[in-house]
Amino acid sequence: MKNKYSVFSLIKNAFSNHENWQRAWGDPEPKKEYDAIIIGGGGHGLATAYYLAKKHKITNIAVLEKGWIGGGNTGRNTTIIRSNYLWDASAGLYDHALKIWESLSQELNYNVMFSQRGVMNLAHNLQDVRDLKRRTHANRLNGIDAVWLNTKEVKKFCPIINTSQDIRYPVLGGTLQKRAGTARHDAVAWGYARGADALGVDIIQNCEVKGIKRNGNEVTGVETSKGFIKTKKIGVVAAGHSSVIANMAGLKLPLESKPLQALVSEPVKPVIDTVVMSNAVHAYVSQSDKGELVIGAGTDSYVSYTQKGSHTVVEETLRAILELYPIFSRMKMLRQWGGIVDICPDASPIISKTQIKGLYFNCGWGTGGFKATPGSGDLFAHTIANDEPHKLNAAFNINRFVSGDLVDEHGAAAVAH
Amino acid sequence: MFVINCPFCGERDQSEFSSGGEAHIIRPKQPTELSDDQWAEYLFMRKNIKGVQFERWNHAHGCRKWFNMIRDTSNDKIHAIYKMGEKPPIV
Repeated sequence: MKNKYSVFSLIKNAFSNHENWQRAWGDPEPKKEYDAIIIGGGGHGLATAYYLAKKHKITNIAVLEKGWIGGGNTGRNTTIIRSNYLWDASAGLYDHALKIWESLSQELNYNVMFSQRGVMNLAHNLQDVRDLKRRTHANRLNGIDAVWLNTKEVKKFCPIINTSQDIRYPVLGGTLQKRAGTARHDAVAWGYARGADALGVDIIQNCEVKGIKRNGNEVTGVETSKGFIKTKKIGVVAAGHSSVIANMAGLKLPLESKPLQALVSEPVKPVIDTVVMSNAVHAYVSQSDKGELVIGAGTDSYVSYTQKGSHTVVEETLRAILELYPIFSRMKMLRQWGGIVDICPDASPIISKTQIKGLYFNCGWGTGGFKATPGSGDLFAHTIANDEPHKLNAAFNINRFVSGDLVDEHGAAAVAH
Repeated sequence: MFVINCPFCGERDQSEFSSGGEAHIIRPKQPTELSDDQWAEYLFMRKNIKGVQFERWNHAHGCRKWFNMIRDTSNDKIHAIYKMGEKPPIV
């Protein structure tokens, strides 16, 4: 049983110099057999395990993580959460996640620092204006809050934006989703890990999957760096490495893995209290609670697993940032990093069964998976437990690439793929 | 970020090139006879290898010619570059 985090436990632990806090999750050795194994201990994988245990009462689960939990893309993204996607299927999926975000800290008894500071998407040309207005209408028809702002309203909402009409790509307006915002990325992984551990889930770190064992068309277990583990159900949530795991099972996925970069500046006083994204010039920025500007750059155009990315991509983003926010011209950037994102041809994810019995994939989130973490875990858990998709992720099956029923979200994906 | 030795122009920065993805995917000779599965395989399914991969590249901001490359995607090291239509060298 986990001790409850509260102001009282904080005071109590202050008397012992915070040295006697209970471990948030254990460090077990893998058992010989599990009812289900989740490959990948990022936010999505841990959330999947949590909801499998909590909602579907399957508690004999292991989460296998080759490094440390939350050390992949969960710890590398720009923490933006929104649900203003164009198509009905995506709106359903991302808003399901957003609704869970709104009460997640209370549910997990773990402060994920969800901050609904709003996300603004800027328009820089007439086509942008048309597309974004269309998306605003589509969002509202799906019950998602979205408003169109003209240039003056953009300036009023975020005064540091350069709205001069003389810049290369002037701001012609933008959309605003007020319920959108950010959360603390590490806390999401840690909160789900703690919650899953309390329900009996084994979180096994430094355990790399080396092979998927099959008996005919059925999975029988996984070969790992800590030995063979028997199981009948495997949920793969390996982000950039999804294809690597798929190859082990003899499957091919419609994915390409590419480096996506982000960077943070030195910390400064509060200067931007919202998230501003711009597709056309490829710049997006927010400010962390620590005061750093968090800036998202683009993907490289080639397949790579190096977690680095090219300098030219960063340069392009900073060029746009400087034109839109002249106030940042003398900011120093502290850190830059890359994460490997698995991109689907239609910029929508796959949460699906496969042709192999007992093998499930949750992948293809591309550049925008963080926002969906709770919803993705919830729906993937449903899919694994029932061997059938939930109605909210039915459209995101792997078979859509055969049927042609794609969910094209390149416009709403924000990062140009 | 790396340097690519274009078979027509010599060594140039990677930013001059654009990646055309996996190489040696042959366009179906009789598209009308393909099943949906075969179309999906041709259009969308990719090996996406972590390790040595065969790729097509285009010198988009140079001679604009296409060529093939053998590259290790786990460290971006280029093993060989060869022209379109040539047999891939053994590396």
